[in-house]
Amino acid sequence: MKKIAYYPGCTLKTAAANFEESAIEAMRKFDIELDELDRWNCCGTVFSLSTDDLIHHIAPIRNLIRVKEQGSDQVMTLCAMCYNTLKRSNIRVKNNAEDLDKINDFMYKEDLKYNADVEVLHLLPYLKENITFPEIEKKVCNSLGGLKVSPFYGCMLLRPKEIQIDDPNHPKILDDFITCLGGEPIESPYAIECCGAYQTVNQVDVVVERTNVIINGARKRGAEAIVTCCPLCAFNLDHRQKETKEKYSEFTKMPIFYFTELLAFALGIKFKKNWKDLHYIDPLPLLNI
Amino acid sequence: MQKEILIEERFSNLFDRFETISGENIFKCYQCGCCSAACPVTAEMDLLPNQVIRYIQVGLTDEVLNGNTMWICATCYSCQARCPRGIDIAKVMEALRQIKLRSKEDWTIITKIDPDELEKLPAIALISNFRKMTG
Repeated sequence: MKKIAYYPGCTLKTAAANFEESAIEAMRKFDIELDELDRWNCCGTVFSLSTDDLIHHIAPIRNLIRVKEQGSDQVMTLCAMCYNTLKRSNIRVKNNAEDLDKINDFMYKEDLKYNADVEVLHLLPYLKENITFPEIEKKVCNSLGGLKVSPFYGCMLLRPKEIQIDDPNHPKILDDFITCLGGEPIESPYAIECCGAYQTVNQVDVVVERTNVIINGARKRGAEAIVTCCPLCAFNLDHRQKETKEKYSEFTKMPIFYFTELLAFALGIKFKKNWKDLHYIDPLPLLNI
Repeated sequence: MQKEILIEERFSNLFDRFETISGENIFKCYQCGCCSAACPVTAEMDLLPNQVIRYIQVGLTDEVLNGNTMWICATCYSCQARCPRGIDIAKVMEALRQIKLRSKEDWTIITKIDPDELEKLPAIALISNFRKMTG
């Protein structure tokens, strides 16, 4: 079995364990072992945008040192925010030798010096480019049976330009992924917009407005469910439906899936009880389970 | 409304700090409004993103810092992706937040978060919020 170094990030061990477990099980069907780093730390979740701030790049770069220690030059991510943060910090030090020197100097106790030579991967483009969608289609034994699913790309896989996995204005990758699993992708103009992100902590109203617009937008076009790649999008679009329903009584609830849950299901992997329990809106009736 | 603006204010210490942290030249902005058109959360903002830039251009940085725009921004990069002048508006918002946070003026008061919500919120939400809204 081929091994790929894997960085999970904090939320995939807790609130998004269904994301991690479904990805690991699905990849085994393609003889790929997501090999979790022996040691890792939080990436910081957001890429530091201040030009005079280097300290917040320490956490992501330290994880890339762990990848090298494990003897790998590539690291797989699932969480869109981890992908964005790791990849951009990597680009910053790759393009700026002075920053890299300072960071290495700060981490002088590490056994390895980082040389900006790790490639940060995300599972979704890996599925498209390395496994390929026709190969996935061949392994589908539990087709989605025409389930109408609206892709929600969110921000962190599309912006900014240097890390985009697809056309940022008209992405197709999730649409094609849904098609290869036997589902029907439903386009929505809100698919590339923000879910309100971290405003969910202290300004829930901002997120409630987003959730209402995004889910209604998908429903109006015929979607029965939404699929996402980010644990924060998933939390806001799924769990904040409670507050959305309290504010808008006519709001109709909709299940939210991780793309890996649909992949695992289509490959014949059992939808585990603990995966279901992490959802606010029960997704099982849609899958006829 | 009329407001007298001293020309020196445009290049005050506050403006220097803003420019250092953001690394952006906001004088490139010609007020096309693409950033505000792209922003999905303007309904909650008291100044639109393009207005924020105009205010800073004319030296009204204090008014911007007392507003809520940079705290409603969720750093989704829609503005940055669409700016025809190549201004990274996400960095503009970050610099404004940083000026407040470095003055010990947090936007999120952690002790005021409902304990039940704290239980419910995933790590990804808490960490990103505290990174953006506390110093």
